[in-house]
Parts: sequence; structure tokens; C-alpha cells
Amino acid sequence: MPPTLIEMRGIQRTYVMGDNLVHALRGVDLDIDAGSSIAIMGTSGSGKSTMMNIMGCLDQPTKGTYKINGKNVSGMSKSELANIRGRMIGFVFQSFNLLSRTSALENVEMPLLYQGVSSRDRHKRAMAALAAVGLQDREDHHSSQLSGGQQQRVAIARALVGDAPIIMADEPTGALDTRTSYEVMGILQGLVAKGKTLIIVTHEADIAAYASRVITLRDGLIVEDRQQTPIDAAAALAKVTAEREVADLALAEKNKRAEKAS
Amino acid sequence: MNIFTTFKLAIRALWRNKVRTLLTMLGIVFGIGAVIAMVAGGQGAQASVKEVFDSLGTNVLVLSGGAQRTAGASGGAGSRQSLTWEDVKALESGEISSIKWVAPTMSTRTQAASEEANWNTSVTGTTSVWFKIRNWEASRGATFDEDTGNSTAKIAVIGQTVATQLFANTNPIGQTLRINGQPFEVTGVLVTKGQGPRGDNDDTIIIPLKTYQQKMEKGLAKYLKGEVLLSMVEEGQAQRTIAQVTALLRDRHKLDGADEDDFRIRNPAEFAQAQKDSTERIATLLAIVAAVSLLIGGIGVMNIMLVSVIERTREIGIRMAVGAKPIDVMTQFLVESLVLASVGGLLGLALGYGAAQYMAGYFGWKFFFPMETAGIAFGVAGGVGVGFGLYPAIRAAQLDPITALRYES
Ligand SMILES: Nc1ncnc2c1ncn2[C@@H]1O[C@H](COP(=O)(O)OP(=O)(O)OP(=O)(O)O)[C@@H](O)[C@H]1O
Ligand SMILES: [Mg+2]
Repeated sequence: MPPTLIEMRGIQRTYVMGDNLVHALRGVDLDIDAGSSIAIMGTSGSGKSTMMNIMGCLDQPTKGTYKINGKNVSGMSKSELANIRGRMIGFVFQSFNLLSRTSALENVEMPLLYQGVSSRDRHKRAMAALAAVGLQDREDHHSSQLSGGQQQRVAIARALVGDAPIIMADEPTGALDTRTSYEVMGILQGLVAKGKTLIIVTHEADIAAYASRVITLRDGLIVEDRQQTPIDAAAALAKVTAEREVADLALAEKNKRAEKAS
Repeated sequence: MNIFTTFKLAIRALWRNKVRTLLTMLGIVFGIGAVIAMVAGGQGAQASVKEVFDSLGTNVLVLSGGAQRTAGASGGAGSRQSLTWEDVKALESGEISSIKWVAPTMSTRTQAASEEANWNTSVTGTTSVWFKIRNWEASRGATFDEDTGNSTAKIAVIGQTVATQLFANTNPIGQTLRINGQPFEVTGVLVTKGQGPRGDNDDTIIIPLKTYQQKMEKGLAKYLKGEVLLSMVEEGQAQRTIAQVTALLRDRHKLDGADEDDFRIRNPAEFAQAQKDSTERIATLLAIVAAVSLLIGGIGVMNIMLVSVIERTREIGIRMAVGAKPIDVMTQFLVESLVLASVGGLLGLALGYGAAQYMAGYFGWKFFFPMETAGIAFGVAGGVGVGFGLYPAIRAAQLDPITALRYES
């Protein structure tokens, strides 16, 4: 029985909007085991991001208790929270959130800076993380010089450089095309294979299919929680690639015939 | 994070935002530079005015012949001769108790020559007390004593400028110079006094009064063609002394109630005070201009810093999301602002120093570096730079990372 890494009890999150209260989460109970991969689904506005931000210690619940690795987060000081974020969690944002005018390498090194890692080790580990996402030759590129998929891979490299046991990703493929989505999912699945816990927010069913557990939120409550056998992103990528090659071949053949005819 | 890494990061962050860094720095540089230049200019001007009038000697009245208000066309003061040598004797008699010394002077500009060189300079004939009134001593040789001052000896005490022009680097004492072809022996060289209200104080030759009358005037005259310096026993007696001298001379000149004075008494100290007051006003004005430019520089810095708050708040959100503690964020921003403010501050000091020196040279003021003002300007500009650099950090560090990441205005 793997240990419980994340434990939420009666989590509520209420936003005050002028005179109105917006109940983004209305009482969520959830346990997540170490080493599992879990997808959080739901319609827009159902509270996925809110829940993810609380899990990532980026936001605080209005009510309820949240324990990460057995430690209660409520009542922790800002620097204790920062410590947990730095050591326990690698966060991937939908909007990448890379520092502008900053090289990929520096972006990836950043979490290590706050853990007191020496300059040499920072460089070594950041280069390794960039290599792990297939960007070893883009270390000097700034965000503006990278494609969306490449930026997201830099963000993933930044999430895994600290070797945190939990990777959280909020719509990591939201801004990417299908093929690039498979690439990114392949990288994330590889991390699960290495024993990390993956929590991913998505509203696409075919992305959720890569997780071993799917949770569905509606109006700030969990309405479905099921286990499944994840499909393999690497295989899906291979299939897409093969299909494209076939299509390319067909196109080339067609062009050749057209040439002959004229 | 060690301090070295922090500095390296700060410099890199500043470099990354070159335009912002440059604009912020410009505000600080020109704010500080302007303040220093203005205040240095004001104080330099004041110092030089003071120096000029200090060289006159304080506590002195200048008496000259001619009507109080002479029309421009009929010539300047002293053009109508009215002061007699008998008048001088009466002043010397001790009848007016507040008068300490009386030094009749006669001056002309003429050519002086040594074996080596010619020099057009001012020649003054006077007595030994003149040196006491002007508080002027010899750096070489001696000034006149009572005997030589009242003699007809052909001796001369010369100013440093004349010494340099006529005798170059040799010791002038004992050497001969010719004034209007007459040989004089140099018996003293005066200490340097620099610029005075009538130009270079040191460009002068002093000879005994009687010698002057004989050799320059060719004979004794009834009237004194020159001025009489009167020194007073104590300060603050100017008004009373002027009244007494006026009464004495009017009586001697047999002027009755309706007649105007046929002589003039000037009080240089009064004139000096007026000059000082006006330079003080200029200095105050310059200081105000300086304060305003510092303020404008400060506002410029604030503007740029505030405009970058959104971007910086997001950056702080990102940093906190990957594990930066509030203290890390604050340290980073503090160091960044410190680097910015101190580099800008030093450049500002250099600019102010250069401008102050240039102005001093251009206007012939004394160069003066206002340490205290420089400190204040540095403090204000630096404080604004650091304060507004830290502002987003202090605010953002209070936020949850997600709020900082979403920050929009
Ligand atoms: N900062 C905020 N202030 C006020 N209301 C908020 C804030 N953030 C979220 N909400 C509200 O909380 C609810 C849940 O938002 P959340 O971002 O968690 O939805 P989501 O499931 O992630 O949606 P999406 O799929 O569109 O990203 C929404 O009704 C939203 O309007
Ligand atoms: Mg969302």
C-alpha cells in the first residue's frame, strides 16, 4: 500500500467579488497516493485550477485541512510554504510562466537558486533537465525565441529540475497542438514511470486517458472518481508520427504523378 | 543564496531590462548632478564675493574729492579737486576720536621696467599706515615703516604679479625697477591677495607718498589728487564717523546749509554687504532649482519603477511559485535597487563634481564641493530608487503566489 501523499478534507475556497461570494470549491475530500497519476477534469469554471493551486500551496483554502506528505499546511508561514513548493512540488502552468528576457537555462536553474545549490551543480542539473525534455541545444534561447511547445518543455524542465516528488500541471497541453501535446504527455508519463506523482488538470478526455485515475469536478465538488488503465503516450506519438509519414508519402506520390501527367 | 550570487543575479536582472535601468539611473544621475552643480555654484560665487571684499580690509572708509553726485559727462568722482593736504592733517589730528589711521593715496597707471621686462601697472604713493589699513604684509623684504613711508626715498614695495612680470623667478629685493624712467629699489614684495573689486590686487607698486608727489606729480600741490583711506578704531562706527568727517570737512570748506558736499565718503563694507546679499539670493535660487530637479528626478524614478510593478509582480509570483521565500524576493530587489541607486548615485556625484568644477573655472569662482549637499542628494535619490525598487517586492511578498501571478494593475 503506497503512502498517501496528498490529503484534502472538506476543502472550500470562496472568492469575494464585491458584494458577491463565489464558491469555487464547496468541500472537496481527496487522497492521492504516492506514485500515482491523476487527471482532474471538469467543465470550465468547475474549480479545477483553484483546487490545483491549493494543492500546489500557491493558494490557501478558505476552509478545510490540507496535508501534504502528512504535514498540515494551514498555519504554515510563507517561507515554510515556499520551502514545500521548492522541495515537494514541480508546477507547470498553462501559460508557461517563464521569465521574459531570460534564457531557458536560467529559467530552469531558478528553483535550485532558492535551495542553495552551488552554481556548478545548478548548471549541471539544469542542463540535464533540459536534455530530459529534448532541449539540450536551446539553453541560450529566450522565451520569445521558442515555440509554444518548446516553452512548455522548458517549464517542465523547471518543474523537474528540483527532483520534487510531485509534478503538478494545470492544462499543460492547453496551448499546444495535438502532436506536441503527445510529446509533452510522453515526457510527463516518463516521470511517473520513474516513481513521481503526477497531478494534471485537463478538460480533454484523450489527455486524461494517460492517467491511472480520473476525477471529475462540477461546481466545486467531486462528482466522479474512477481508476483506469492509462494508455501509453509514447505509442500514441509513434502512431501519430507514422500516420503523418504515410500522409507525407501519399502526398509525394500524388505530386510525382501530377508532374508526369503534365 | 549567498551574497555573491545575489549580486550577480541583480546585475543580470538590471542588464536584462536595459531601458528601465537606464531611465531610472538617468533620473538619479541628473537629480544628484544638478543639485551638486547648483549648490556648488551658489556657494562658490558667495565664497569668491566674500574673498574679494575681504581683500579690501574691513572697517575702512574711502574719502575722495568731488561732488557727491557728479554728472556723468563732467567726469567721475574726484574730478573736481576739493580735498587739501590741510584737510588730511585735520583728520590726522585726532579731533575725530573714532579715526585710527589716515592714509592718503595717489595712484596712476604707468609703465614700470626692469632690466628684463616692461609692465604696465598701477603705482600708488602712500604712507606706512596704508599697509596696516589694508592688513597687507610683505612676503619678502618689508613694507614701509613710519620713517621710510614719510621719506622721499626712491623705494618700492611691489605686488606678486609685478614681481613675476618684472623679475621672473629671481628675488626682486634689492633690484632696481624704473617708473617713468626713475630708478627705484625694491624693498618688499607683498603677499598674494588675488582678485579684488578692481581686478588683480597683486598688480601694483607702492612707493612713499612724498616720493610720488616729487617724481610723479612733479612738485607739491595744494589739492590731493587721490583718495584718503580712513580706518576706524572699532567696527560699527561707520555711520558716526561719516557724520563727523562730513561735518568737519563742510566746516573747513565753508559750505553752508544749502550747499552740496564737495567730497565723497564711501563705505566699502556696505557695498560688500549688498553684493553678498545678492549672491546669497542667487545661491538660494539655485538651491531651489536644484531641489526641484531632484524632485523631478525622483518622480521620474518612481514612475519607471511603478510602471514596472506589474511585470515585476508577475516575476515575483513565478519566483515564489518555484520556492522563493519572501526574504529571498526582498533581498533580490533590495540588492537590485541598491546597485542601481549606488551606480546612478556615483555617476551623479561625478557629473556634479565635473559640472561644479567647470562652472568654477568658467565664472572664475572658487571651486567648492558641497559635501553635505552631495550627501543629502545622494540620500534622497538613492532612497527614492531603493524605496520604489523595493515597493513591488514588499507588496508582492505579502501576496499568495497565485495572486501575484495573476496581478494585473
Ligand atoms: N481570483 C479569483 N477571483 C474571483 N473568482 C475567481 C478567481 N479565480 C477563480 N474564480 C472563480 O472560481 C470558479 C472556479 O475557477 P477555476 O479557475 O478554478 O475554474 P477552472 O475549472 O480551472 O476553469 P477553466 O477550465 O476555465 O480553467 C470560477 O467561477 C471563477 O470565476
Ligand atoms: Mg483553470
